[in-house]
Amino acid sequence: MSLITQVKRIPKFYRGNAACPGCPIPRELDILIEELGEKTVLVVPASCSTVILGDTSGMPATVPVVHSAFAASAAIASGIVRALRMRGDKDAIVTVWAGDGATGDIGFATLSGAAERNEDILYICYDNEAYMNTGIQRSGLTPKGAWTTTTPEGKREVKKPLPFIIAEHKVPYVATASIAYIYDYEAKMRKAKQIRGFRYIHLLSPCPPGWRFDSSLTIEIAKLAVETGVWPLFEIENGEFRLTSVSKTLLDKKNRKAVAEYLKLQGRFNKLTEEQIKEIEESIDEMWEQIKEMIKK
Amino acid sequence: MQVLKRKVLALVGNHAVAYAVKQAKPKVLAVFPITPQTTMLEKLAEYISSGELKAELVRIESEHSALASIYGAALAGARVFTATSSQGLLYMTEMIYWAGGQRVPIVAAVATRAIAEPWSIWDDHQDFVSKRDAIWIQIMAENVQEAYDMTIQAFRISEDERVILPVMMGFDGFILTHTMERVEVLEDYEVDSFLPPRQFNLIDFSDPVGVGPIAQPDEYMKIKFEAMKAMERAKGVIEEIMREYEKISGRKQYGLVECYKCEDAKYAFVTMGAWSGDAKVAVDRLRDQGIEAGLLKIRVFRPFPKEKVEEYLRSMKGVIVFDRAVSFGSGGILANEVKSSLYGLEVPVYNVVAGLGGKDVRPLHFQKVMEDLVEGKLEEERWLL
Repeated sequence: MSLITQVKRIPKFYRGNAACPGCPIPRELDILIEELGEKTVLVVPASCSTVILGDTSGMPATVPVVHSAFAASAAIASGIVRALRMRGDKDAIVTVWAGDGATGDIGFATLSGAAERNEDILYICYDNEAYMNTGIQRSGLTPKGAWTTTTPEGKREVKKPLPFIIAEHKVPYVATASIAYIYDYEAKMRKAKQIRGFRYIHLLSPCPPGWRFDSSLTIEIAKLAVETGVWPLFEIENGEFRLTSVSKTLLDKKNRKAVAEYLKLQGRFNKLTEEQIKEIEESIDEMWEQIKEMIKK
Repeated sequence: MQVLKRKVLALVGNHAVAYAVKQAKPKVLAVFPITPQTTMLEKLAEYISSGELKAELVRIESEHSALASIYGAALAGARVFTATSSQGLLYMTEMIYWAGGQRVPIVAAVATRAIAEPWSIWDDHQDFVSKRDAIWIQIMAENVQEAYDMTIQAFRISEDERVILPVMMGFDGFILTHTMERVEVLEDYEVDSFLPPRQFNLIDFSDPVGVGPIAQPDEYMKIKFEAMKAMERAKGVIEEIMREYEKISGRKQYGLVECYKCEDAKYAFVTMGAWSGDAKVAVDRLRDQGIEAGLLKIRVFRPFPKEKVEEYLRSMKGVIVFDRAVSFGSGGILANEVKSSLYGLEVPVYNVVAGLGGKDVRPLHFQKVMEDLVEGKLEEERWLL
């Protein structure tokens, strides 16, 4: 008997798909299907994933996929889950897999409506922080200072704090995740699978062409986002906030790497002045002060 | 076949449609209020709340989402329903096309209403006909009885395996939605036998498929061609289903079009919707005056029954199409359909645009333009301002 337990991952999206080199989405979807199981329906609004999930000649997913108009996914999922429950199916997981535009901008009313109704769906936003499928235009979730094709001088406004906005809907489960922390992501998927009602997971998905970094650096950047404190890993379960994984150690600022380390690897931030970088650092510190308050409660 | 003595109810149009929907037993409904449709969905919420209708009610946050949610439910095998009107239908439009393009069985009632700007809550057909290219079957009721009957028929047409298309049942806002009329209703068991359980389901975990992915150009065009063929096929299926319904209801009145004294007419009106009743009154009065008038009522707007239009109107000395909706810069929308159906024939077609934004139209208005036509005084396009 071997001392090493070998966990076999079954490649699904690895067999071939239309993602860009270094794109984390196929891996993220594979983990999703592994954790949620084959009784999962994916509802996918217009996004990079629309392309990654194939055309009429075939698809890499091993579960039913319903493509959705940009603004409609949370509503389509609401209808699917109600029909499944009406036909006696109690355990299928209806999952929206949406980018930041479909989640925070055009589909926001639909998402908010589904959250307010506490629909029995899992909503995952894979956030690449701009409209990447149409060629890197800014979204409401593009961070302040980032270059995009529609913000050539850098975005002036701050990123919408979507996980917190959804949490204000008092839904049973909200979490953030990162592809660099797979066990954390998997654990959150498993937890979300067990909960009934509206569940929201916000997954930061670095985009090599959109963020202007080498496609070999995806995981490193995703990791730095967490280690610098830019992307805190947490979950809010029935209103109770807690940090997870490495983020638990980052309340103390000295444990956080310098934000500049995260920014400097990405071409989208290369026009930032020292002063602007300092501003971004301050805003991250401010967010962590708020997180401290949330933990106290 | 012996026809039972029918149960007769006094119902406003909205409640008649709600009653028909209840009998059709949909499993998922979406509600979002808009005048003048609102009381229909309130009634359905009551039916669900009281347990008379066992269905999931999605109290949704917009019309766009209303159609999206029942689209999802329809994919997962549920019989579904929603209703809207005017701006709501416009707001739904993206999903209207989505559902038509995917060809899912859905029934939506549209209480027709003018479109802003300027605001108008009253009736015309601008909302309904604007969806003519969305791959939906569109039927239009003349009165509350038809609205009831056609709602039940709509589910059957939509789910027929030779068709599989969404169906829009239009009926004039306020004029029918809020008018109480005598309605003969079917017994629940009769509706059950007319509407077999639904067979359609695209969410199958043992055989997962992708619904609505990207299509390459060759494939895209083929899919649209198939939709066109389904629409053409639907004509025969609709007639067959309506004939079957006639046998059950004992009322002989249905087809793609209705000819009212048009067989022997020399002049004919063409109408769609509630004012067909006013036109019938005008036809009777004109006949009393010695003018051989008739009426061709368009009951099914999509697929457009051009063969029937040609069959009934080909030997007319003059045809007046009454339009409650306009393609600005082109003309009355129904008139354009009729003209194209009569292409190559020597039938003069006149267009009267009237009743926009709820402007009152009475039998007298129909009479007057027909008299003008007979006297050679009717211009090709007239607006009854």
